[in-house]
Amino acid sequence: MKTVSTLLSDDWHERYRRISSLNIRSSIYDVTHRCNLRCKGCFFFSSNEHKAAHEETGIGKWEYFIDSELKRGVNLAILIGGEPTLCLDRVEAFYRRVPTFCATNGLIKVPRDRFPDMMVGISLWGDAEAEKTLRGKDTFAISSKNYEGDPHAYYLYTITPKQIGKIEPVIKKIRDVGLKVHMQLLSNDENVDGFFWSPEELNDIRMEMDDMLDKYPDTVISSRYYHQIITTGKMMGRSFGWAECPSVTDPLDSREPRPKRLINFIRWASDLKTMHRCCTSETRDCATCKDGAAHMSWVMVNKRLHMDSARDLRNWIEVYEMFAKLYRFIPW
Amino acid sequence: MSDEIILRIAQMMIDELKLEDVTAETFDPDIDLIDEVGIDSMDLATIALIIRDEYGIRIDEDDYPKLTTIRLISRYIEEKLKTAQENN
Ligand code: SF4
Ligand code: SF4
Repeated sequence: MKTVSTLLSDDWHERYRRISSLNIRSSIYDVTHRCNLRCKGCFFFSSNEHKAAHEETGIGKWEYFIDSELKRGVNLAILIGGEPTLCLDRVEAFYRRVPTFCATNGLIKVPRDRFPDMMVGISLWGDAEAEKTLRGKDTFAISSKNYEGDPHAYYLYTITPKQIGKIEPVIKKIRDVGLKVHMQLLSNDENVDGFFWSPEELNDIRMEMDDMLDKYPDTVISSRYYHQIITTGKMMGRSFGWAECPSVTDPLDSREPRPKRLINFIRWASDLKTMHRCCTSETRDCATCKDGAAHMSWVMVNKRLHMDSARDLRNWIEVYEMFAKLYRFIPW
Repeated sequence: MSDEIILRIAQMMIDELKLEDVTAETFDPDIDLIDEVGIDSMDLATIALIIRDEYGIRIDEDDYPKLTTIRLISRYIEEKLKTAQENN
């Protein structure tokens, strides 16, 4: 029988031990329907998720709800929206109770006196030109001032096919403001012309992402294996999609057979009652889904698939470490 | 009883996790299932379901972190069976 210690050298085994004990149980929460931007291709608005439920406004109801989530075993709250920073009292209710990650467009600064070490992921959709086209303004100009040098913030850079050959200047400007970056791919939920990925483009962007990781290892939080998985949609001979996706809301998951999945995962709407199908758009076609977190989780829940060779297991460790860093379970 | 349970759990692990190059007899009951065999909490949840069906006992999810070897799982089952008998 192949065991971890027969596959790994001592230093890799130590890295394995550090993450294997984490037992991360995440769920996702829509904090609000509102946003101070309206990006083309935003999955939340394009699939009408902002209309799926009313927004709970009573802070006491949020606190009660979060306490019940803790009883369900949640140990990582991922806050999305809408724009969570429009409702900082709700964000604070999470932060005071559970390790919390807050996604934001970065236009409003999370006050660090209230949230000293909350991990903040700032969305970025490319260079200034792409940002203006897709989001109506160059958000980096504002968000980089708000978060410059912040050790608990990083950019979540959504790469579009139009960014091929252009990502290095973006990575450099992030490095120059003392922040980290994690790269993911646009799924083009609103069918914006020219923003679909062709196989050749996916191959090109994979090489470019690998190159960025090699050139800027202190800035880019990623792994080559993650680049491979997200650009090919393939892992150990399996294809990503509905049958394999780990990030389906547990009580709505009627798949047979059930794939390996995130335990007890739920994505909650902001009425605190309605559940969304999965971690991303209700209407997205799973066959073309490029959701970064779902692909990462796909690797993470399939550890034993990666126990055939030392290289496979090291790949698995690197993806898990990447996730653990992005959600502040281990240091950068 | 204890050896019997150990062998049965080892066989469950081999069948459910499709472990190769090991038999119930050669499966070390003290090997760390997480640190060495690489099983995760979802694997444990699957094994817990089979244990529930075969032995009629429920393993609390909160107890998973304690159940790191086949021997510890076997002891856990024995203790639960004993408590159930005493209560009857
Ligand atoms: S900032 Fe985020 S939530 Fe707001 S419209 Fe853009 S993608 Fe959607
Ligand atoms: S859209 Fe993506 S994340 Fe959602 S169920 Fe499909 S594959 Fe999974």
